[in-house]
Amino acid sequence: MTKIILGLTLMLILIVPALSLHASAQTSQSYTITGAGSTFVFPLMDTWRVEYNKIHQNIQLNYQSIGSGAGIKLLEQKNVDFAASDAPLSASDMQQAPGVLTIPDSIGGITIAYNIPGIDKGLKLTGPVIAQIFMGDITSWNDPAISNLNPGVNLPSQKIVVAHRSDGSGTTYAFTDYLSKVSPDWKTKVGQGKTVPWPIGTGGQGNAGVASIVKSTQYAIGYIELAYVFQNKMTYAFVQNADGNSFVEPTLDTVAADAAAASTNLPAADGDWSQVSIVNQPGSNSYPISTLTYVMIYKDLSTVSGETSDKSTEVINFLHWIINDGQQYSTGLLYVPLPDSIKKIDEAGLSQVAFSGGAVPEFGPIAALVLAIAIASIIAVSTKTRFGFNPKF
Amino acid sequence: MMAIKMKKGSPITDKIFKYVAIGAATYVLVIIIMIVVNLTTGSAQVWQQEGISFLTGSDWNSVEGRESYGAAPYIMGTLVNAGIAMAISIPLSFGIAMFLSELAPKLLRTPLAMVIELLAAVPSVVYGLWGLLVFRTYIQNWIEVPLHNLFGDQSIIFAGTPFGLDILTASIILAIMIVPTIASISKEIMLAVPNSQREAAYMLGATKWEVFRIAVLPYSKSGLIGATILGLGRAVGETMAVTMLIGNATGAAAFPSSLFGPGQTLASIMANEFAEASQGGLHLAALVGIGLILFLMAFAINVVAHLLVAKVVKSHEGAVLA
Repeated sequence: MTKIILGLTLMLILIVPALSLHASAQTSQSYTITGAGSTFVFPLMDTWRVEYNKIHQNIQLNYQSIGSGAGIKLLEQKNVDFAASDAPLSASDMQQAPGVLTIPDSIGGITIAYNIPGIDKGLKLTGPVIAQIFMGDITSWNDPAISNLNPGVNLPSQKIVVAHRSDGSGTTYAFTDYLSKVSPDWKTKVGQGKTVPWPIGTGGQGNAGVASIVKSTQYAIGYIELAYVFQNKMTYAFVQNADGNSFVEPTLDTVAADAAAASTNLPAADGDWSQVSIVNQPGSNSYPISTLTYVMIYKDLSTVSGETSDKSTEVINFLHWIINDGQQYSTGLLYVPLPDSIKKIDEAGLSQVAFSGGAVPEFGPIAALVLAIAIASIIAVSTKTRFGFNPKF
Repeated sequence: MMAIKMKKGSPITDKIFKYVAIGAATYVLVIIIMIVVNLTTGSAQVWQQEGISFLTGSDWNSVEGRESYGAAPYIMGTLVNAGIAMAISIPLSFGIAMFLSELAPKLLRTPLAMVIELLAAVPSVVYGLWGLLVFRTYIQNWIEVPLHNLFGDQSIIFAGTPFGLDILTASIILAIMIVPTIASISKEIMLAVPNSQREAAYMLGATKWEVFRIAVLPYSKSGLIGATILGLGRAVGETMAVTMLIGNATGAAAFPSSLFGPGQTLASIMANEFAEASQGGLHLAALVGIGLILFLMAFAINVVAHLLVAKVVKSHEGAVLA
């Protein structure tokens, strides 16, 4: 008697999940797209998640804003459908993850924010002067290098307090990219990277940390993401453009103008992006300190663990949507929408994504296998073997 | 007296008990060994590249093609930061403990002890944010600017621009954070001193302070050292609040020369740079190497603590342990 009950229980335990799995494989078309990386793009990504879910209710997005570098690590381990990063893949990253497409999904601008009592936004600065300030070569606000650019502005004779990012960040990457382009001195002494050896200054964590230093410290200067500066109503500098004929105010339009001017030089999505830079582009209205932020995805999605052919189609549909319809949500959140020229590069890149198939077995064989094991064990238990479950002492 | 009924124990439960206990104890060892192995293999690359200069050098450059790493400023920064924090917090915590155990009326003792334990439970990020947004301006205006104006750039330790994000602020916040830990343990240890000791001292006509000095202190000395070391352990490893307040300089600029200059500790540089260090690179290896140094430092602190406690115990039979 006990053996029959045991056998029935065992049968239920083994068969019920097998049947339900089988059923779900047949009826469900609901997918969760996974992504990880950039914290900069997170507010926009989260809006995309909500808006896309409104029109495609079977699609959930699970995006974890753990930092660009960490997102790329997860992509290299093939644990996420896509990564989002503020800096392109480096040469060594490309070796770790061959066959990755780089798709620009938004644009950021970096402002030079300062706190000088009595001076409103619009202090005029050139690239080399900014480099000298952040290297410690210009230490006082009334240095001739600054006052000559700003005739009529009463600059105080005060020490400049320099604030920079202490954490590795795409903002630092873009800012040092710009300084390396405009100042040979900066290029040889400091260089470009997500973290650089700052000769002077105090490090704050994240945009919030730098903003906190600049806002609460008189005579401070720091570089901060555009959206953050607008939201916090900080004062910021106008920066000389590449043509050298005007000082451009950072706005969504001037940053977009800079990105559009750069789009002719961008590689194809499967090309080498490690040297890509959109700073300091020509055009009288181009704000020079700008950066692209990217979505990264494997060209062959079947290499990602847990990917199915149907799901990969949904991933591609979603990415299509964010670079086209999704861009309308950018300006409301103070992100710069992609210009059409970059959308074209993205479309060409996404059309290359494929699913080679065969990597994940269909559910049928697994269900059959589980059923076979279940039946075999029922037979084994219900026949009069001496095999018992009650431990005997 | 009640008789205790016991079922006859079966050997199998005994065995299960034995293996579960052994397994749980092994877990601790396995974790420690795994941490050491992981930290060593993870940082092997940087030890090969830099050798001993990883410990003594002060370069910290993660720009591709110019990579060079030295942890000396951060080791110094950690020691100085924890040292200042201990110097502030030890007298404060012992004062609290002495008041609670020797002087406070019974009615006040319990609520005050509860409040102190509550402070110990405040997450470090809260202390950090409060320090960054509120406390820093007070330090700047009431302590740093006056000191700076008084001594100016001529003195080394008060040089630099005083604006609140520096070694001094980080150390003070750190001290505030570890006071509850040290104070609440010290109080327990002082309360554990047998009252007969105090009574004997009072019999000899001792004053309150003398009672504390000749009866309470010798008995609780080793326990107080233990409490201090626990606080020191927390100070050395504290990450979040320190990262928010210490100013995060890197390389040679991070050497703790001035109280008003930005610094960096071992824990804070890991918190700052780990997330964006590229996979498999020298930068990541260097950060793991920093982790190894921090681990060894914490280990050394504990070993020294045990040796100290053991020494004190030998000299005072019956001393109260932490």
